[in-house]
Amino acid sequence: MRYLPLTDEDRFQMLAQIGAGDIREFYEDVPSEYLLDTPIADLPNAQSELAVERWFAGQAARNLDAGKAAFFCGAGAYRHHIPASVDHIIQRSEFLTSYTPYQPEISQGSLQALFEFQTQVARLTGMDLANASMYDGATAAAEAVLMACRLTRRNKVLLSRNLHPHYAQACKTLGQAQDIEFVTLPAEIEGEAIGQILAHIDQELACLVMQNPDFFGHLRDLSPLSKAVHKVKALLVGVVTEIVSSGLIKTPGEMGADIVAAEGQSLGVGLQFGGPHVGLLSCRNERSFLRQLPGRLCGETVDVRGQRGFVLTLSTREQHIRRGKATSNICTNSGLMALAFSIHASLLGEKGVREMACQSHARTVQLHKALEPIKAVKIWNTSFFNEFSLRLPTGAAQLVDQLSEEGILAGVPVARLLPGHGFEKDLLVACTERTTQVEIETFAKMLQKVLA
Amino acid sequence: MTKNIAMRRDVANEKNHPGGSGSLNRAGRPTRVPSWADDAEAQPSNPGLDRSEPLLFEIGAPEKTGVDFDPCPEPGDEFLGGLGREEDQLGLYGLSEPETLRHYVRLSQQNHAIDLSTYPLGSCTMKHNPRQNEKIARLPGLSDIHPLQPVQTVQGALAVMQELARWLCTLTHMPAVALAPKAGAHGEFCGMLAIKKAIEARGQSETNRRKKILVPKNAHGTNPATAIQCGFNVVEIEANANGHVDLENFDAQLDETIAGLMLTNPNTCGLFEPDIRKIADALHEAGGYFYCDGANFNALAGMVRPGDLGIDAMHINLHKTFSTPHGGGGPGAGPTVLSEALAPYAPLPFVKMEASGELTLVEDETALGAEKSMGRLAAFHGQMGMFTRALAHMMAHGADGLMQMSKDAVLNANYILHHLKPYIRPAFPGYCMHEALFDDKKLKENGVELIDFAKAMIDAGFHPMTTYFPLVVSGAMLIEPTETESRHDLDRFIAAMQSLLEEVSSGKTEKFKAAPVRTAMGRLDETRAARQPILVWQETETT
Repeated sequence: MRYLPLTDEDRFQMLAQIGAGDIREFYEDVPSEYLLDTPIADLPNAQSELAVERWFAGQAARNLDAGKAAFFCGAGAYRHHIPASVDHIIQRSEFLTSYTPYQPEISQGSLQALFEFQTQVARLTGMDLANASMYDGATAAAEAVLMACRLTRRNKVLLSRNLHPHYAQACKTLGQAQDIEFVTLPAEIEGEAIGQILAHIDQELACLVMQNPDFFGHLRDLSPLSKAVHKVKALLVGVVTEIVSSGLIKTPGEMGADIVAAEGQSLGVGLQFGGPHVGLLSCRNERSFLRQLPGRLCGETVDVRGQRGFVLTLSTREQHIRRGKATSNICTNSGLMALAFSIHASLLGEKGVREMACQSHARTVQLHKALEPIKAVKIWNTSFFNEFSLRLPTGAAQLVDQLSEEGILAGVPVARLLPGHGFEKDLLVACTERTTQVEIETFAKMLQKVLA
Repeated sequence: MTKNIAMRRDVANEKNHPGGSGSLNRAGRPTRVPSWADDAEAQPSNPGLDRSEPLLFEIGAPEKTGVDFDPCPEPGDEFLGGLGREEDQLGLYGLSEPETLRHYVRLSQQNHAIDLSTYPLGSCTMKHNPRQNEKIARLPGLSDIHPLQPVQTVQGALAVMQELARWLCTLTHMPAVALAPKAGAHGEFCGMLAIKKAIEARGQSETNRRKKILVPKNAHGTNPATAIQCGFNVVEIEANANGHVDLENFDAQLDETIAGLMLTNPNTCGLFEPDIRKIADALHEAGGYFYCDGANFNALAGMVRPGDLGIDAMHINLHKTFSTPHGGGGPGAGPTVLSEALAPYAPLPFVKMEASGELTLVEDETALGAEKSMGRLAAFHGQMGMFTRALAHMMAHGADGLMQMSKDAVLNANYILHHLKPYIRPAFPGYCMHEALFDDKKLKENGVELIDFAKAMIDAGFHPMTTYFPLVVSGAMLIEPTETESRHDLDRFIAAMQSLLEEVSSGKTEKFKAAPVRTAMGRLDETRAARQPILVWQETETT
């Protein structure tokens, strides 16, 4: 078996040296009725690399991948172009097959890359510091909520009505275990009315969670909300599901957020059918915040020879030190995806992120212009970055199904994430710098034809 | 001792160098530690190939970029809601492509990795990461697909998830599995929340009183952290002299406040709990649930089915037992198998086969079978990239190969135990499972601290074993080679350890205090890092 280096001769000799007759002797603590004698019958035996490859190729061929379609899906996962260098670098043995950098002397590669990543994340979210990654944006948001509750010692949380439904649900699942009271108002596809939010900001509030651009694509200035929230000594948690938006519009940090939870998947990671992605978590530089920030942190220091180096630090927040009193139970996070994110961000630099953001927005403006003349379609947004929502005269899911047979992945039906709330005719459409003029025109033409 | 081991000891033993005939490895090339290694002043392992590398911000510039874009019309700011920003305000630094490659390749060469040598980290299962898995995970049909495309356009992806679920359930003999958790700790949360919901379903008085979770003192820190995160109280239980759960201590805790037990099996001392079925039965009798931490499943896969032992939930670390790469800290995946009692509370979404034979995703609580679900744990459907890799690994091994995998893992650990126990004291008598636990008594007797010994292992070319864990053993040294270590590499590791331990006995404390000396970076000041946290780069006046 190609992954097992021991030969029968090796096993024989090793057992002889140990003084055992059979490897099964080492399983002496297992009650004999539970120790299997033969391989599990319901599973196939070993297969060659060729056979395994064939099976997976067969499964892959059954899927319509984005490269083979005109692609307009978003809703929290975006398809940007990733330079070839990124995947090449993360496949280097030293990055791919290394462990968590607990022995810093032989992990400076990972640690320095993490320090650079933390810096980039802080700057992309407009905050002072960031951690070494979370599983994804949704769990980052959930942990941000818990962090805010610990900091304010309150347990009431106001979730923006236009927060990505998966994020809201993840917050609630994590929060329910700790008796956190969530106030959620029904989603508003026309754009969230600020009045209703303000009405719920009171002295019992731990935090307000606002997503920008919101789930339906609308853009909003968070500054007035930040002021209102700070007046009652609560915190503003900003959420970003499309980190590239920071290239063109104000970051939550610039608009007064205290903690930012974001999804970094747009840079370096790709769609991946939803995972692994990379959660970004950043906050203001205050001692109390730092003590309550979950996840790993990489810090700068010096070695015995006076050289600058990096180490995991402030571990007393974490499970392996504090155990039951830890800020979170997170251990393994998204290290390699954080590296991919960082490499892509380094290749892009300030100019590249700006250009990627401009082009993503420009293509979406083109799509807007192409769809606007279609009388049967109503566009909800007056503002957007790279995604907006529209109302169709017919069921969105059925339309998307129909268009998928024509080689168009026409976006995400809102009701897929918000079933039973009257959004059955609404559709989310997104573009990036990859979207071409031809794809936009094809989409508009097909849509017009199908709705006629 | 075979000739090979004698040769390895030569290489590790500095006394034979410099000059002299040196010693030969199997290929016949002379191997010698460079003469400067004896020099008191620390030197990097290969001074001519210094890999120290500035920060990207010190070599890059805001104006630089390594990505070219094609022309695109200007968008204007009509639709930006007044939130448009000026250029050049983020503070990002860019590099051209050549600079980027050089920066990261140089950084990579400062990292140790499993591809380089044995990584005997107990409880981490650092095994070989098959490269076929990387190829398969990158097939566009499996990676360039959006989670929310219509399900009929991703039937192959759902089939992969379904097949992985089948393997996990069959290997563990459990009726259900939650694929959603994104790492082991996330799986623990999933399992513990399911237990919490099962208790809540019994009514208010049970909910109010059943808050106690028993956790062995030797448990991984994520266990109590997770229990607390779920709103439970944690009571620690003791191990007996053999390293197993103290049954009397355990039984004494089984009252009407018991919610459950979190147990790792084999436990963190590397030992199978022989009374596990008794423990499960007593626990269920008392109205509690059994959470099993599956981090050590590498000893059992294909040999023992945890479902036969009476567990209610167990997470499986795909990045441990099933070879998905550790990547310097993730991503992992922690699918969690569930008993009949807990299956109704499984998180959303899950894959389901319709009557038509088509696969779909159940994403909403109102759907049939999802009414009692705990809800979502994260966005989208789970760590698909890890599912493809793990399933490829499972299919490559097959049921017979997985049996051999576990057996070889256990054999390798016992081989190391056998050859090191004359030198360091095993924490418990008898054989071990897939990892061997020692304490540092022999080191302490000779004035050597465990941390210093670990650093000296780095100079010998190995990542240190897990140290100071589990907490129940003073100065714990936990060694897990895994099944992907060859006899040659095991012997090399053993020889290096024996050589170092001989140096411990001969009182060479200075060498250990100074280690590591062969690395580009010496010991780092962790106290300073914590006291004066610098977590991001800042421009100074000169930049």
